[in-house]
Amino acid sequence: MSGRTPLLIVDKLVAGYEPDLPIVNGASINVAASEIIAVLGPNGAGKSTLIKAIAGLVPISGGSVTFAGHDVTLTPAHRLIGAGLAFTPQTENVFASLSVADNLKLAAGVLPKTHRADRIAAAYETFPDLARQRGLTAGRLSGGQRQMLAIARSLLVGPRALMLDEPSAGLSPKLVEMIFATLADIRQSGVAIVLVEQNTRAALALADRAYILVQGRNRHEGPARALTSDPMVAALYLGGVETEGAP
Amino acid sequence: MTPQVLVDGLMSGALIGLGAIGVTLTYSILGFANFAHGEFISFGAYATLLVASGISALIVGSDQGIGALSISPAVIGASFIAMALTAGLALALDKILFSRLRGKSAAISIVMASFGASMAIRASLEFAFTSRPAYFSRDLEIARPIGFSLRATPDQIALLAVAAALLIGVHLLLTRTQIGRAMRAVSENPALARVAGVDVDATIRFVWAIGGALASASGVMLGLLVQIRPFMGFDLLLPLFAAAILGGIGSAPGAFAGALIIGLGEAITVQLAGSEWRAAFAFLVLIVVLVVRPTGLAGRPT
Repeated sequence: MSGRTPLLIVDKLVAGYEPDLPIVNGASINVAASEIIAVLGPNGAGKSTLIKAIAGLVPISGGSVTFAGHDVTLTPAHRLIGAGLAFTPQTENVFASLSVADNLKLAAGVLPKTHRADRIAAAYETFPDLARQRGLTAGRLSGGQRQMLAIARSLLVGPRALMLDEPSAGLSPKLVEMIFATLADIRQSGVAIVLVEQNTRAALALADRAYILVQGRNRHEGPARALTSDPMVAALYLGGVETEGAP
Repeated sequence: MTPQVLVDGLMSGALIGLGAIGVTLTYSILGFANFAHGEFISFGAYATLLVASGISALIVGSDQGIGALSISPAVIGASFIAMALTAGLALALDKILFSRLRGKSAAISIVMASFGASMAIRASLEFAFTSRPAYFSRDLEIARPIGFSLRATPDQIALLAVAAALLIGVHLLLTRTQIGRAMRAVSENPALARVAGVDVDATIRFVWAIGGALASASGVMLGLLVQIRPFMGFDLLLPLFAAAILGGIGSAPGAFAGALIIGLGEAITVQLAGSEWRAAFAFLVLIVVLVVRPTGLAGRPT
């Protein structure tokens, strides 16, 4: 899939909360439309910081982010969603004190007024569970429903790319399966997906390609299938047990 | 105790409420107690006084009370201009003072900065207008029976209605509009609000503007009912914070409910124990709430 022109190109990014203490130290990734890439690596590798920096939430001190042909390295976070680049954080990814409906209405704010109601209706159609709970305060949703609301909110404006920070964290295997099935559907609709995950096996099973970061830099990259069957990668990052899909 | 405390208590509760909404919104969104909020109240009253005298100099007869009210068209017109001016003062203060400290200094530095701003504005008002009380009107108003053996002046009734209308307006703004949702979102989680497409800086500016405008309205009402003094807002600061904390930081309806409780409680205290105990009631409420239910009436647990 890497033959296509990438939609999002991140080149040698350097980013961190303190200027002289970069957590991301030259990482490069790219993703094309209808493609899922997984960003993997040990704890503290800078995976989450990488996508937060792309999303405009962590200061960038070097490298560049290009989205749909435009340099968005320094674009403020609140403009990116309107440009088509959505981000779903790992925790606290819904407004707990707002109702489900208000969470979606808030996100619809970047759309022209005439489109808002239609897009919200479409979101309820895609996520019927949320439609039933629309009056409920988001803080009272279950973990899986919250994750669905967070994804629905990110998708509401019809983004061309979606970045997710550990959507499987804290969820039961059944819910993880459901969330990942949803992500596969979203890819089908043409959206590029960047998935940061600790759940390496599930992520590699879903993704087309994967990057493994160590200390804020690319260590390995390639087709997800190849990484799954690479004995060294498996030993280092997949818990050392080999594996379905190996030759 | 006479039932008349109801009228006095509701009236001062409404005044406190308009100020407390600004306190609670800036506290929940910016995370600091703005001690200069009282001066927004005084500034609004003096700005109205100044603009009203200008209007009545230009338009003959505009300083006469409307019907049974002592409130003149000049004061009403001036109060709208003063709301805009006070919103501008709040925005200017944020731009030249608070925004420079935001995210860089400890919360206590910003609180101290607001103390400084409070003193500076108060001293400027005292310098410009002297500390002698000023009045919008010298007319004497007679309280009339309004049923249930209660008496109220026409001004009191009109101002209660205005305060209620402003509260309903703020409530609708917060719950029904996109900027209201954005304000609640920024108050809960600014980073997520950014990701959801909310311009956090613009939202903060809006909060300052609306807090300043409501404080100004509160100052005009206080000036109409009592008098205008440079210390009028500062003296209201304790009840403002007591009401905001009693209502639950971040909740506008909570702040207004808290303000009504403080206002009624103060009026009852004055009746039963004497006016020197008025402030003691707000202190007492503050202590009890902080000990028993720090999240306030409507506050969410953190």
